[in-house]
Amino acid sequence: MTQQQTAGPPAAGKQTDLAEEFLDRRTPLSRIRNILHRYPAVSPALVLLIAVIVFGLLNDRFLRVENLSLITQQVSVVGILAIAQTLIILTAGIDLSVGAVMILSSMVVAQLAVNNGLPAPVALLAGLIVGLAAGALNGFLVTRFRLPPFIVTLGTLNIFIAVTLLYSNGATVRGSAMPGLLTWTGSTFPVGPVRISTGVVVMLLLYIAIAFILGKTAWGRHVYAVGDDKEAARLAGIAVNKVLMSVYLAAGAVLAIGAWIQIGRTNAASPNAGVDLNLDSITAVVIGGTSLFGGRGSVWGTLLGALIVGVFRNGLSLAGLDVLYQTLAVGVLIILAVSIDQWIRKVKS
Amino acid sequence: MTASQLEPTGTEVRQPILQARNLVKTFGRVVGLDGVSLDLYPGEVLAIIGDNGAGKSTLIKCLTGAEVPDSGELFVSGQPVHFKRPQDARVHGIETVYQNLAVSPALDVASNLFLGREERVAGPLGSIFRVLDTKGMRRKAKEELTRLGISTLQDVTVPVENLSGGQRQAVAVARAAAFGSKVVVLDEPTAALGVRESNQVLQLVRDLRDRGLPVILISHNMPHVFDVADRIHIQRLGKCAATITPQSHTMTDAVAIMTGAATA
Repeated sequence: MTQQQTAGPPAAGKQTDLAEEFLDRRTPLSRIRNILHRYPAVSPALVLLIAVIVFGLLNDRFLRVENLSLITQQVSVVGILAIAQTLIILTAGIDLSVGAVMILSSMVVAQLAVNNGLPAPVALLAGLIVGLAAGALNGFLVTRFRLPPFIVTLGTLNIFIAVTLLYSNGATVRGSAMPGLLTWTGSTFPVGPVRISTGVVVMLLLYIAIAFILGKTAWGRHVYAVGDDKEAARLAGIAVNKVLMSVYLAAGAVLAIGAWIQIGRTNAASPNAGVDLNLDSITAVVIGGTSLFGGRGSVWGTLLGALIVGVFRNGLSLAGLDVLYQTLAVGVLIILAVSIDQWIRKVKS
Repeated sequence: MTASQLEPTGTEVRQPILQARNLVKTFGRVVGLDGVSLDLYPGEVLAIIGDNGAGKSTLIKCLTGAEVPDSGELFVSGQPVHFKRPQDARVHGIETVYQNLAVSPALDVASNLFLGREERVAGPLGSIFRVLDTKGMRRKAKEELTRLGISTLQDVTVPVENLSGGQRQAVAVARAAAFGSKVVVLDEPTAALGVRESNQVLQLVRDLRDRGLPVILISHNMPHVFDVADRIHIQRLGKCAATITPQSHTMTDAVAIMTGAATA
């Protein structure tokens, strides 16, 4: 091994070389970037905190517990859809059909229970199957035909809306006609001075479950890896298509739970409800710091994102501003959030 | 791991770790490999060079399970093997570092080292709830990097994209070394790197060899090849044109054989 001394730094110098290079990168700005990069929920948490303080100062009623409880109820449906959306966006996809799937599932549940007289648990199970089937269709088209998720879900969005209207004949099922279990998610129970809705608790439990799965299991890590770099994930031995398929199925199941929450929240199942819910869910995910390019973000950020939108809408209306300003504020928030994401991604050398 | 192996000095009878016999691979009417044989001995760096289209990549793909040869035989430690997928080669202790690195930029160093073979915590928490042993994997990642002499890369929780090109390559090589119990294959490991970073990677290759792990190195870079290789397999037109050593031939000779201007 005579060539050893001719090239390369000597063995002792090599370690300091690497150390030096590594420490060089720790400038104050890149340190902030690294923190944001590692904890994508930090910036939405700050935004939420500041928004709550500012709106609290603007209007006394804002920080009352009844109002805060109302905000959580208002975000519960979008909050659930945004969980499904987060899963898809983490794989560098996007799901335009989340709202439509949820409405379809809610109509199936309501119709089966009210018009066909099926027991409530069976109707809910059917709703879950509808959610899974919709997820399977999206996942199948994305993995087998290699179509872009945007196109696939744009198509299925229209299909699901049409199927919903055909199936329901455009008729709304009122909550008063449903078995109690279906509207249970809309019921509230007192916690001290404030009433908490069951739907909000279900939403929070779902966030805890998904955060656990994404953060603590191999499947969760593979979801990030697939979204980050599909080819790298494949070469590392990850079955990319299986992961993608399971993500779409999981999203479908989450959406079925969302359908249940929606029925409770609105005390009805309407085929015309929440067509714009898909955009609201994307808004929550993006404001929550999850990258549309995949592989980066967390469901906690998404919860914060959903709360930020809820707080802005509620706070601005309490401040007496026109509804148009709420929309304007949300638009500005989206652009800010994506700009921050782009800046964080520039970490790459 | 196999600590002290026989030195590749040549005269005594040695058992090759990886053997290929008369590999043939055609793509339609194009002949990628036309009966190529190769031996890889313990503790050596075998470089594979050749012009574009000479069959380097095809050869490597056949050795690592990414392609299935039409005919020919493969032996690992003397036992015949048939690789249908990259996973099959992995099971036999052959790890590959692909040209595009195959690391996930947003995941941290430890997660990347264990990507695709994560370890779970012991007990019901791991078997039922499938909780990852993040701490254990980080500790093992740190140990592996220390073993490879990258001990100053202490923070294994840094996302890979925050690292320089050389460091990323080091992570990819470390992953191969950690799991490749028999052979590490490096496809153009220095292609995208600067001078200093290339030297770091070449030093890693030497360290692997010094630990007894044989390395197959594919490179276009003659100085790098002559720097670290013990033997050089020259591919030309789907065949092995010659197997030389840096001592027996010069770079000019190698290029001449590669282009067909000379024979060995």
